[in-house]
Amino acid sequence: MEILVCVKRVPMVGGKILLTGDGQDVDTRMSGFTISPHEECAVEEAVRITERVGGTVSVLTLGPPEAAEQLRDALALGAGRAVLLETGGREWGPIATASAITSEVRRRGAAGDGYDLVLCGNEAADTGGYQVGIRVAHTLGWPCATGIKSLEVAEGGTGGWAVRAGREYRGTEESFEFGLPAVVTVKEGINLPRYPSLPGRLRAKRAVIERHEPAWQDEGLRKQALRVPATERKQAAVLGTGADAVPALLRVLDEWGVLP
Amino acid sequence: VTVLCLVEHDASGAADASLRALSFASALASGGAPWPADGAGAASDGVAAVLFAPASEVPRAALASYGAAAVHAVEPGDLAGYAPQAWARALAGLAAQTGASAVLAAATDRGNEVLAHLGAITGQPMAANCLSAQREDNGVHRVVRQRWAGLLLEDALLDGVPALLTVATEAVPATAVAEFTDLAVHVYRPDLAENDLQVRATESAGHSSGVSLATARVVVGGGRGVGGPDGFAPLEELASLLGGVVGVSRVVTSEGWRPHRQQVGQTGTRITPELYLACGISGAIQHMAGCAGAKHIVAVNTDAGAPILAHADYAVLGDLREVIPALVAALRARSAS
Repeated sequence: MEILVCVKRVPMVGGKILLTGDGQDVDTRMSGFTISPHEECAVEEAVRITERVGGTVSVLTLGPPEAAEQLRDALALGAGRAVLLETGGREWGPIATASAITSEVRRRGAAGDGYDLVLCGNEAADTGGYQVGIRVAHTLGWPCATGIKSLEVAEGGTGGWAVRAGREYRGTEESFEFGLPAVVTVKEGINLPRYPSLPGRLRAKRAVIERHEPAWQDEGLRKQALRVPATERKQAAVLGTGADAVPALLRVLDEWGVLP
Repeated sequence: VTVLCLVEHDASGAADASLRALSFASALASGGAPWPADGAGAASDGVAAVLFAPASEVPRAALASYGAAAVHAVEPGDLAGYAPQAWARALAGLAAQTGASAVLAAATDRGNEVLAHLGAITGQPMAANCLSAQREDNGVHRVVRQRWAGLLLEDALLDGVPALLTVATEAVPATAVAEFTDLAVHVYRPDLAENDLQVRATESAGHSSGVSLATARVVVGGGRGVGGPDGFAPLEELASLLGGVVGVSRVVTSEGWRPHRQQVGQTGTRITPELYLACGISGAIQHMAGCAGAKHIVAVNTDAGAPILAHADYAVLGDLREVIPALVAALRARSAS
């Protein structure tokens, strides 16, 4: 099975998000970068599927040249091939991103080695757009399921592949069954990603990354500025130390009406 | 102007998030004025709710009291069960029929999914997790939306007729209007495309028994300070005494100590309890994004400098392995007396 996993390079944020002076971007001068969390799980899921049924995992990102770092992280986890859709570093909207990914899927299909499954994260940690995977599916005319937390792949009745994809819905579980090729977006929790092995890291370091430069396009959701929301900055009143604080804590909980 | 609002509902009625989205739609349709805080404003005549249900099952009074002036009931036919692309196709048809200026849904899993499909079908942009929206004279919508699960806000301009957006849970309280008139129910039968039903949900009863993390009144949180998978029993006991549930930080699920469905945070569940008792949790911002909706926060932590103290009302300094059993014992003594 040929699987394409789309990942995004996002800043690692710890205590606080800082903005650039013009308020247009997150200030990343002091931060490291990582694969957006849902997508790290997408890589792991793809590797597990190919370990079971055979095939190759390709990993793709759209981003600046430095995003090759995240591709190598995915290669270290077991992806076999990497594609960088290189940008000048400016932010791409979901429509343009989906169109660049679709071009890669078609390029690969035209080369006679098309993808059976495209995996994305449910939403990127930074921009939170919730739509790239769905837009890719529509352009290709493929089925799509989102927010998936369990995925089974099996041979379908007609010789092709079929999937059963599950997710939570208001406390119950709902599932979707459809044939491949398809797009599936996953959420963290679908699996627990492995740590990269040493041979994996060495292989990733040597791997050749395929590069393309898609053209940026304008779209109809136009960012004007970013802001850090004003939050009420509290400083907790200390009720006491250790078990001695329990009576004071009980009084507070009682006041709030949360005791049975 | 007509604003269409997707309303999710099941046997227990319309989803709370959808009622909030209706309040939001009502503000948008009446020119972006703030929703009436005293509940005294008249229902806007521009909001039409869209439900995927037979006309006879539409909760008319509830929808009218949250600002809907009309309802389009998309009757099942072949549509039994949730099918995101088919739902989007029906919304596209209704938007064309009503000349809607905007189509909204709550920013739930289904709301974001259906509106993204609608964006793909119409070739229009979609703005997820909006906190406010206002229509300018030129038809462009000025929106504020959440990034980083609400840790950052984006001011943006949204093109598209209709404008497509989903409403963040925190955007508005659901506001019922005091006086409303009964609304007309229009039945709508969509023209589906060939592939619209290729992805359709089948539901099975999962782990739905008991209190859910998203709606629990009390959440007892456990983080790295719990120390390992065996340390959660006292937290579970405390949660059950308080009628609540246990929630955990990301490190706990990524270590495999507890299942991911218990995670509170950006990549887990967003909680809205009366009390969040955070034990051994340092308070990374991704975690705080998940518990910003808690009314009261108490932190139990050995470190007086832990970031969570800057978000908590009260703190108990000390080892949770000492504090929690003592609290459990005190609660038992209290209920015995």
